[in-house]
Amino acid sequence: MLRSVGLESPEELFSTIPADILLKDLLAVPPALSEMELLARFESLAAQNSAAARPSFLGAGAYSHYSPTIVDALIQRSEFFTAYTPYQPEVSQGTLQAIFEFQTLVCQLTGMEVANASMYDGSTGLAEAVLMAERVTRRRKVLVSPALHPEYLRVAETYVEHAGVELQRGDFDEGAGLSSFDEAGVDSETAALVVQSPNFFGCVEEVERLAEVAHKAGALLVVCVTEAISLAMLKSPGACGADIVVAEGQSFGVPLSFGGPYVGLFATREKYARQIPGRLVGVAHDKEGRRGFVLTLATREQHIRREKATSNICTNEGLIALAATIYLETMGRRGLQEVAGQCAQKAAYAARRIGEIEGFSLPYSAPRFNEFVARAPLPAAGLLERIADEHNITGGLALSHYFPDRPNDLLVCVTETNRRSEIDALVAALRETRG
Amino acid sequence: MNQPKASTHITQNESLIFERSQTGRTGYRLPALDVDEAPLDQLVPARLRREDDLAGVPEVSEVDVVRHFTRISTWNYHIDLGMYPLGSCTMKYNSRLNERVARIPGFANLHPLAPERDAQGALQVIYELQQHLAEITGLAGISLQPAAGAHGEMTGVMIIRAFLDARDGATEEKRRHVMLIPDSAHGTNPASAHLSGFTVKTVRSTPEGQTDLDALRELCASNDVAGLMLTNPNTVGLFEKNIREICRIVHDAGGLVYMDGANMNALVGWARPGDMGVDVIHLNLHKTFSTPHGGGGPGSGPCCCTRELEPYLPVPRVVRDDDGFALDYGEPRSIGRVKAFFGNFGMHLRALSYILTHGADGLREATEAAVLNARVIARELTGEYDRPFNDPPMHEVVFTDKRQGRKGVNTLDIAKRLIDYGFHPMTIYFPLIVQGAMLIEPTESVGRQEIQQFVEAMRAISREAEETPELVRNAPHTTRIGRLDEAAAARKPVLRWQPEGKATAA
Amino acid sequence: MANIPEDLHYSKDHEWIRVEGDAGTVGITDHAQHSLGDVVYVELPKVGDKFMAHESFGNVESVKAVSELFCPVSGEITEVNESLQDTPETVNTDPYGAAWMIKIRIEDRGAVDKLMSAAEYEDYVKTEAE
Repeated sequence: MLRSVGLESPEELFSTIPADILLKDLLAVPPALSEMELLARFESLAAQNSAAARPSFLGAGAYSHYSPTIVDALIQRSEFFTAYTPYQPEVSQGTLQAIFEFQTLVCQLTGMEVANASMYDGSTGLAEAVLMAERVTRRRKVLVSPALHPEYLRVAETYVEHAGVELQRGDFDEGAGLSSFDEAGVDSETAALVVQSPNFFGCVEEVERLAEVAHKAGALLVVCVTEAISLAMLKSPGACGADIVVAEGQSFGVPLSFGGPYVGLFATREKYARQIPGRLVGVAHDKEGRRGFVLTLATREQHIRREKATSNICTNEGLIALAATIYLETMGRRGLQEVAGQCAQKAAYAARRIGEIEGFSLPYSAPRFNEFVARAPLPAAGLLERIADEHNITGGLALSHYFPDRPNDLLVCVTETNRRSEIDALVAALRETRG
Repeated sequence: MNQPKASTHITQNESLIFERSQTGRTGYRLPALDVDEAPLDQLVPARLRREDDLAGVPEVSEVDVVRHFTRISTWNYHIDLGMYPLGSCTMKYNSRLNERVARIPGFANLHPLAPERDAQGALQVIYELQQHLAEITGLAGISLQPAAGAHGEMTGVMIIRAFLDARDGATEEKRRHVMLIPDSAHGTNPASAHLSGFTVKTVRSTPEGQTDLDALRELCASNDVAGLMLTNPNTVGLFEKNIREICRIVHDAGGLVYMDGANMNALVGWARPGDMGVDVIHLNLHKTFSTPHGGGGPGSGPCCCTRELEPYLPVPRVVRDDDGFALDYGEPRSIGRVKAFFGNFGMHLRALSYILTHGADGLREATEAAVLNARVIARELTGEYDRPFNDPPMHEVVFTDKRQGRKGVNTLDIAKRLIDYGFHPMTIYFPLIVQGAMLIEPTESVGRQEIQQFVEAMRAISREAEETPELVRNAPHTTRIGRLDEAAAARKPVLRWQPEGKATAA
Repeated sequence: MANIPEDLHYSKDHEWIRVEGDAGTVGITDHAQHSLGDVVYVELPKVGDKFMAHESFGNVESVKAVSELFCPVSGEITEVNESLQDTPETVNTDPYGAAWMIKIRIEDRGAVDKLMSAAEYEDYVKTEAE
C-alpha cells in the first residue's frame, strides 16, 4: 500500500509533522495483550470491586432495577451500537424511529408536551434546564431546593459560573423533609424554582404548590427526578404544573456501571420547544408520501448557531436512550406500575422495620417512594462499614458523605431487586451493630 | 474488476410501537411481592399519585418488542456492515471484546457510591486509563469526568478561565475576554467558549488550509486574548505545520492554547500535543479509542492538561496513595464538578481495553494505517474530484463538488448517491470554509478491497454526474424512504406520537 | 434574476422598507429569501419594542441556517406579522407582500434617504456576488 502512494517508509506519511515533535520512541504503553490475557486482567480488577457482589441498599441517584434480558441483547445488535448519529436519515431510520419512541415515552411519563433525544445524564440535564430557564425568562436568579442531589447542585454551579445566573438555596422543613421557599423571595427577578421529587432524602415534594408559587412570580418550575421509576406511580410533573422536567433515566434498565453512562431525560412545554437544548427527532415525509423520521429544529444547535446555540451539546446518549426505550416498552404500562408498586411497598416495609429498632428513628413525616432517611444512634459511616464487613451488606449511604452535619443519618433505598430476606438481614444487622 | 459492495434486498415494514399496542399484553414477569402489601393510600396519598393510569404507554409482548427493534435496526447503516467514511468522526471498528469487558458483573453492578475500599478495581481502571492518556497526549493532568467531546471542551475552556482569573485577577478590567477560534473549527468550539463567558474572534485560514500566522499575530496584539482553540490536524485534514510557532505567539500574548482532540487518530503514537506546546486538550474516547458511537452516544471526553493547569481539573480526582486508590475532593482551585459521579465509566473500561489490546506497537500501527488509507483515497480521487488543498493529508481528506457542480450535481447529491453503492456518506458541508466540502476519513478499520470499492463508487458517481446527472440528483434510489422534506418537518414539528385524532404539531 | 420592486427602499442587510408618511413596512428581499433557502421559522419582536437602524430585531431560519433580521431605520414597532408563525413559507413565495415582517413608526424620515433605491440595490447585489 505504501508504494501505491509513492512512499518507502511509514515515517514519510508523517513528513508534514515537524521533526522536533515527531516521537522517536514507542509510547510507554505495555505490549499488546491477547484476548485471554485481557479478560483475565479485567476479571481480576473486577474481583476487587467487592461492593458489586453483595446485597445493596444504595440509591441516591443510581438505582438497582432488574433489566429484562432482551434489553441488553437488542442494544448489542451491530445495527444499533455501531451506528453513527443519524445525520443521514435514509440510512438511519432505525435509530431515528427509536428516538422518536423515546421522546414520546418521556412525554407520557413526565406529562410534558415535548422531549428531546436525551442529555448526558440527569445532573447535566438539570444544569441545562437552569440555563434554559434563564433564556426563556431573561431573569437571573434561580432558587434551588436544598433537598436537590448535592452532586447535581455542584454541576449546576459549575455550568452557571460564567452565565451570570445566581443560584440561591431555598429552605428545608426538618419535620416534613420537604423544601420550602419564602414566597417573598420568589420575585420578578426569579427565573425558576428548582425542586427534586422524590427529593434527595426520599420525600415526595408538594410539586403542585411549588408550581403555584413559581408561576405567581412569572418564574418557571423546574422539576428534577433522579429515580425515574417513581414517574410510574407519582403524579406527573407536567400534571403538577412543571415547565421543565429533567430526570435521570438510569432506572430504566441501565446498569449501575460505577456511575455511567446514564441518560438524561429532558422535557418541556410546547411553547419552549425552540429553547430546548440538544437533539430533536420529528416526523417527515418523502416525495412519495412515506413517513420517516429526521433530526429537526437543528438551528438551535451548535453546528449552526455556534456561540449563540442553546447548548454546546453535540451528542445525545443514543444507545442508553435506546436501552431505556426497550426497557419501557418491554415492561410496558402494567410492568412499570408493578415495579413502582413493589419499590414503594418494599421500602415501606424496610422503613417500618428499621424504625422499630431501638435507637433508630425516621426523621421525616412526608410520603416517600423507595428511599428514606433513617437516623441511627451512632455515626452512620462507621455503622455501615461494620455491617459491610460483618454481614456482607451495603446498608445504604452515610449522609455525612455529602453533609458533615448529618453524622448519624443514612439514606436507604429499596427496589424490586431487594428480596424480603435481604431487608430482614439488613434490619438484623443494624439491630446487632447499633451499640 | 472488483465486485460492487452492495445489492438490494427486501426490508420489513414496522410501525411505531404505540401503533402495535394492545390492551392487556405484557412482556414481563416479576416475582410476587414478598412483603405485606400496605394500602397505597397509606404510602402515598392519592393527590400525589398519577391519575392517568399511564395511558398511552405501550402494552406489547416480549416477542413484539424483539421483532420491533430487530426490524427497525435493519434500516440502519453501521460499522459492522462496512466503511463509514465520516470525516472528523473517526468511525472505527468497535471490538466485541471491549463490550464483554464492560459487562463483567464486577463493573456493571458496581454502584458509584460504593465505599472506595470496596471499589478498588474500578478506581484502578480510571487511574490506569488516566496514566495511559497522559503518556499518549504528553499532558500530565487528566480528568475522565466529561461525558462527551463537547463536554470535555467546555471543561477545558473553563479551566483556562479559572487559571487566567487566578493569574490575572477576576475583576472585569483585569479579565481576558477573547477566545480565538479558526474559521474552520467545529461548531462546539464557539458554543463551549460562550458557555465559559468568552467572546469569540475568528482567525482566518490561508489558501493552503493552514492557520494564518499574520492574522493570529494581529489578533494577539491586544492583551485581551485568553487563548486559542485549535484542531490539529485541522478540520481540512492537514497538520498545522507551524504549531510550535502558533503556541509561542499565543503564549507570548499571555493566552493558553486549547486543542480540540477530535483528530487524535492521526497522531497517537507519532506525536503528542504536550510536545507541541498545547496546554489543554480533550479526547474523544468514542473516536480515537473505539468506544461505540451507539447511534449518537454515549461518548466520553477526557480533559487533559499541563501540570500547571492540573489543580483546576474537575473533582473528585482519582489518586493513588499507600492504601491503594482513592477519590480526592480537596482541591480548592478546581472548577468543580461537570457531571455526577465519575464520568462514563463504561466507556473508560472499553477505552482501556482498546489500549491494552493494541499495546504501544499496535497504537502506532493503527495511526499509520489510518493516515495511509486517507492518502490512498486522496491519490485515487484527485482525478475526479476537486481537492482544494495540495498538501498531503493526514487521516482525512477534503474534496469539493466544484467539478460536478457544473452539471448541477452538488455535494448532497453525491453523498446520497453513495448510499446506493452501499456506503454511508462522508461528512458533508463541513468544514464551513470549504464550499461544498466532502470530508472523507476511512480510518484504519478498512481493508484494501473496500477502499478500492469506495474509490470505484466515487468515480462512478463522478461519471454519472457527467452523463446522467438526474440520476445523482434524485438519489438515493434503493433505500426504504427517499429524501425527506426537512423544511416541512421543521415548520410544523411533530415530535411525539399521539393517539388517533389527537395529533397536533408541537 | 431576483425581483426588486421599484417603489421600495433597500438596506445592505437585504431588508426592504415601504414608506408611507412616518409608517414603514419591513421585510426581507427576494434575493435574501433565495440565498436562505426554504424558510421554516421567523422570530419577530413585540409591538412597542424600539430598535436602532442596523439593530437586530429578529431571526429568520431555514433548515440549516439562521439569519438575523436588521432594522433598516430606527423606530418603534407598531405591528408584527403574526401569520408568519403559521406560514413561514410565504417568505419564499411572497417576500414583498404577504411576508412583510414588521411595521414601524419611523423616527427620522431623513434616514430613509440613506437607504438604497431599487437600481442601487441591484448593483449592490451584483458586486456582492463577485
